[in-house]
Amino acid sequence: MRRFILLAVALLLGVTGCAGAGAIGAGGRTLVIAIVANPQMKDAIALKDHFEQANPGVKLKFVSLPENQARAKITASTATEGGEFDVVMISNYEAPQWAANGWLENLSPYIDKSPGYDKADFIPSIRDSLSHNGSMYAVPFYGESSFLAYRKDLFEKAGLTMPPKPTWEQVAQLAAKLDDKAAGVSGICLRGKPGWGESLAPFSTVANTFGAQYFDKDWNAKLTSPEFKAAANFYVNLVRSHGEVGASSAGFSDCGTAYTQGQTAMWYDATVMAGTNEDPEGSKVVGKSGYVAAPVEKTQASGWLYTWSLGMPKVAKNKEDAWKFMRWMTDKEFVQSVGKTFGWNRVPPGVRKSTYDIPEYRQAAAAYAQPTLDGIDAANQQKTMVHPVPYPGIQFVGIPEFQDLGTRVSQQLSAAIAGQISVDEALAQSQEYAQTVGASYREGH
Amino acid sequence: MSTLSAPARSAPSKTSTGKAAKPRTSGSWKRRLPLMPALIFTIAVTQLPFLLTVFYSFQSWNLVRPGSRHFVGFGNYLDVFADSQFRGAMLNTVVLTIVCVFISLVLGLAFALLLDRKFLGRGVVRTLLITPFLILPAAGALLWKTTMFHPRFGLLNFVFGGDTDWLSAFPLASVMAQIIWQWTPFMMLLILAGLQSQPKEVLEAASVDGAGRVRTFTAITLPHLSRYLQLATLLGAIYIVNSFDAIFLMTQGGPGTASTNLPYYIYQRAFEGFDIGQSSAMGVIVVILTMIVATFALRLMFRTFAVSGGVK
Repeated sequence: MRRFILLAVALLLGVTGCAGAGAIGAGGRTLVIAIVANPQMKDAIALKDHFEQANPGVKLKFVSLPENQARAKITASTATEGGEFDVVMISNYEAPQWAANGWLENLSPYIDKSPGYDKADFIPSIRDSLSHNGSMYAVPFYGESSFLAYRKDLFEKAGLTMPPKPTWEQVAQLAAKLDDKAAGVSGICLRGKPGWGESLAPFSTVANTFGAQYFDKDWNAKLTSPEFKAAANFYVNLVRSHGEVGASSAGFSDCGTAYTQGQTAMWYDATVMAGTNEDPEGSKVVGKSGYVAAPVEKTQASGWLYTWSLGMPKVAKNKEDAWKFMRWMTDKEFVQSVGKTFGWNRVPPGVRKSTYDIPEYRQAAAAYAQPTLDGIDAANQQKTMVHPVPYPGIQFVGIPEFQDLGTRVSQQLSAAIAGQISVDEALAQSQEYAQTVGASYREGH
Repeated sequence: MSTLSAPARSAPSKTSTGKAAKPRTSGSWKRRLPLMPALIFTIAVTQLPFLLTVFYSFQSWNLVRPGSRHFVGFGNYLDVFADSQFRGAMLNTVVLTIVCVFISLVLGLAFALLLDRKFLGRGVVRTLLITPFLILPAAGALLWKTTMFHPRFGLLNFVFGGDTDWLSAFPLASVMAQIIWQWTPFMMLLILAGLQSQPKEVLEAASVDGAGRVRTFTAITLPHLSRYLQLATLLGAIYIVNSFDAIFLMTQGGPGTASTNLPYYIYQRAFEGFDIGQSSAMGVIVVILTMIVATFALRLMFRTFAVSGGVK
């Protein structure tokens, strides 16, 4: 039974800020950077010598964790002003909210006094998504939208063509024709793994383009509306009938494996997937893919907008050094170093317009560079949603409660994908959660 | 590490200090002084945070909404009991613990009986049977997720055919299979120790009296083993009730909440919901419930201990 006390204790110690962890970086000038362990970030870690040589006396220490764990740790640390990290990796979900909470350092003064750090070079929608009251509170490392990858060779073999701007209805029909259980190839791969950053990201874009919304402008939860039901039924049926095996626990990386191993004919997901699809080191389908815009239904566009970026907690100790590092990792020169060291496929995409002017990159990314840019440009709430909503965000609801609400809704969704409950049951339960959240906002207004 | 040593430390201290402390009360502080740092450390590390947890459980506090912190009395507790997911998680915990302990105990007994005989290569077989317990729980969970249950790469589908997605079709059963696999060796070791401590003369006497194998087993071996079985049950239950690795890595509590148990649910409330007040309240409730169950279990155990001790 003491173990339970320990469990509760451990949880709380974790939440209230791991007071001990900060001590590691205390001696001298060591920057502690909390970072998400995605491939592009690993490349940055591998290049840390470049920074340390250019800045003698400053050492870098990376705390690199998978997305969910990194997010939990970074959120807990920043919210409690724990001060363990000098630089944290956050997204456009956190940046504006945390800026409003006063948890992040305003980076505009730092940017303005850094000649050559061309902020006009950032893609506008990405820059705006990290801004609060006209100032940038995080600098983007890579940016993404979502699009549809498809296997040109399989389409050709089946005598099918991918329309340049497909609708979800068309995609569902194509998936039905391409589904080939005997060959071990599913029609499409769509995430079903629970998590607001997993299955709910692609699902929310489908919901948006079907005309659904999480809340109306008075914060009434709308998860049982006819549009939401239509979107959820469409998504669940598509995955259940022509999706990957094990769909209810498949996330971004599982679909990535399925696609690069040739086990699925289409894959709708983040634009960064293209780098892995075309990487000869791990992919069996290099050069066989076409990329088209995120499928739509009632809107002109439906891709999401997301960016992993670097922010500085207000309580960070070495702010000048921290800025030097943030500048290094998000500057034009960094793009060049990655391209020359690791190959141009691995350059962080979707952030700087200048990246798309590099001839080597244009060549390496010919298949997907333009669709990526188009997706990011088109990703805003005017084009990706039918009704106006009171929250920012496309594939997420930009309120703090969404981490929790989204995860709970996604659990219900994946239970429906697994066939354990009906879509209606899943949505009825989700609606209850959403109503509680919506009520707290109605009181506040 | 602390989680491993904690139950082991606390269990004997309850029984021994009560008897041992009395004659020593007159003893000097000199003897106790060296123990004080350890005692203070233990209190600081276990009891103070628990008191803090109780304190937090009376507050409404969502970490990601600054300014939301205020005192709500027993509000969190009422919310927790009204939460159907919490009740579901509790039910899952009970089912998971009882089934896993029971099946691994039966399997452990069977393996122990086999290993108790002499045969060629017994050492190798014993090592192989113990291995699952030595594998890190996280590694074991991943192993089962990919090499056994995976719909495409898994051994189960390779052997039985079809493309069943075990983890989403039978989430709780799959998790339990992994936990049973992990804990059977532990049960087996404890029971084997019991079997090998069986007095040979008694067994010989039984065979001289003409008792068959079954009779010998039910009349002599099983009563002799009872204390080992009870110990295995208690220790196994203490650990299995806390199962986290398998659920976190194999099913993430899903699909839906089909395989969410209490530790995983509290983790979700604390680290995905950042709801400090509610997760603290759940922690406190779980501690209280476990204490009640453990007290009854311990009392029952000591009673049967006394009986079996008397028989001997």
